[in-house]
Amino acid sequence: MTEADTLLYLDGVTVSFDGFRALNALSLVLEDGEMRAVIGPNGAGKTTMMDVITGKTRPDTGRVVYQAGIDLTKLDEPAIAALGIGRKFQKPTVFEPHTVWDNLLLALAGDRRPRYSLWARETAAEQGRIEEILETVRLKDQRDRRGGDLSHGQKQWLEIGMLLAQEPRLLLVDEPVAGMTDSETEQTAELLREINRTRAVVVVEHDMAFVRALGVKVTVLHEGSVLSEGSIDHVSEDPKVIEVYLGR
Amino acid sequence: MISPRVSALTIALVLGGAILLAALNQFTPVGSALHVPPYVIALVGKYLCFAMLALAVDLVWGFGGILPLGHAAFFALGGYAMGMYLMRQIGTRGVYGNPNLPDFMVFLGWKALPWYWYGFQWFPFAALMVVLVPGVLALVFGWLTFRSRVTGVYLSIMTQALTYALLLAFFRNDMGFGGNNGMTDFKDILGFNVQADGTRASLLVLSALFLCGAFLVARFIVLSRFGKILIAVRDTESRTRFLGYRPESYKLVVWVLSAIIAGIGGALYVPQVGIINPSEFSPANSIEAVIWVAVGGRGTLAGAILGALLVNFGKTWFTSALPEFWLFALGALFIGVTLLLPQGVMGLFGPRFVKAAVTSAPTISEEEEAPV
Repeated sequence: MTEADTLLYLDGVTVSFDGFRALNALSLVLEDGEMRAVIGPNGAGKTTMMDVITGKTRPDTGRVVYQAGIDLTKLDEPAIAALGIGRKFQKPTVFEPHTVWDNLLLALAGDRRPRYSLWARETAAEQGRIEEILETVRLKDQRDRRGGDLSHGQKQWLEIGMLLAQEPRLLLVDEPVAGMTDSETEQTAELLREINRTRAVVVVEHDMAFVRALGVKVTVLHEGSVLSEGSIDHVSEDPKVIEVYLGR
Repeated sequence: MISPRVSALTIALVLGGAILLAALNQFTPVGSALHVPPYVIALVGKYLCFAMLALAVDLVWGFGGILPLGHAAFFALGGYAMGMYLMRQIGTRGVYGNPNLPDFMVFLGWKALPWYWYGFQWFPFAALMVVLVPGVLALVFGWLTFRSRVTGVYLSIMTQALTYALLLAFFRNDMGFGGNNGMTDFKDILGFNVQADGTRASLLVLSALFLCGAFLVARFIVLSRFGKILIAVRDTESRTRFLGYRPESYKLVVWVLSAIIAGIGGALYVPQVGIINPSEFSPANSIEAVIWVAVGGRGTLAGAILGALLVNFGKTWFTSALPEFWLFALGALFIGVTLLLPQGVMGLFGPRFVKAAVTSAPTISEEEEAPV
């Protein structure tokens, strides 16, 4: 692998909270356009890893290099979002009082400053893009409903749609199928694969069936560092992984 | 939605009502059944200024999610700027007849006007200060707090501390703002006698005009894309941040604008009540303004105006009929509205008036924000 293919490089990242090491010299390389599943037991550091990448948490040591040259640990959340890193929360987080349409409109890539948004009018280009995203996330018929009135699964999709509207190069998705029905889970896997055609995706998930369905490279985290990495079959046969998952 | 119909009705009632009262005061003979006595004009004018303060509170509370417990500070600062202009207009007609120094400075034995009083004899300068002083204070306060991500109850407490600090400062005689007594005995505004019926009627109509103007500006803001982002920040601040917005800039813009609206309200208030003193900074005033908004309906703009008018009318009636019970009534009103009318009086008219703004306002739970 060459330097140019690397989209994200976590280099020895350590984060401690009151003496507890959430991340312990974690190193991880993500290629451009790759989809990666991250699994691990509770407390393995999955969400903290996302917090570090998106600027919510600053690591004690280590670097997070994006696109071979930008150190994300020096930037805050809006700056990192502007670089093309989108994040989906574990609990679906949409703008509840706004319609599905407005949720997407606010998420569309563009000028984020108050002086622009005060006078902004919806353009035809914006409307076209929103229509496309509504199609992708299967919410065409829900456009005028309030975000708060959607079902749990629809909220998850709306949030994914909002991330798409941001036009990110890297999408971080935290437990996208938690609480979803089987058919919703299946559709979500399909949706993520579709998204992955144009962007890199990191999926944090507990649901092993879902990870298997994605069929991508898997990273197993344990106690804040990488325990095992490879295909789902490779990691599920790894004695260290079996020990962590079953041995307790 | 802040529907066009409700907005048009609000403006028609505020402006039409003020013009009608002013006309009945000016053009009907004293003693006629239709004549509106001057005290009513002054009273309604005062209510309209309070309504501007309520509108300012609703803008930041209803749409920005910042509960301000010190907004009367901006109102009072605007009032003091106007008071300083009115003091300089007294000139030699003061008790001591000093052409430059207001009476209280002569009384303190001061020989020269402090530098920060310079310019206040000119109305345009004073008018500029009415906007600038509250605006700049809000800018500095907001910049420091929003940038540090101070939110919720901590922010509310800081706003309260701000107004309390100003209260204590303005009580001091050597601050040069009249100390405990404040400023009063005003004579002229722009050459017109402030006591004259004609001036009072004009100030009433002017207050209505400024209130309607502030209402339209606030309405434009909350219905724009900016307003949608502001509501998003109110409910789900971290989501907006991960989408690339800077919540602090949005809060700062609306916070400064709100302070300016409050300041203009205060400036119109002072010539109509004829006095400004430090008690205007008292935390209770700011809390009362929050109650007006809660009663009228948070996040509806028109409700803030309605709430301010209703509660102040009630206050005037109560304090003359049953003076010792007013605070109990106010407390009961606040509890009653919170329990029975969570969307205020506007909520009574149906959900369509409040739909856009009022929501259960969920925020990302701590559990999710906590590191795993």
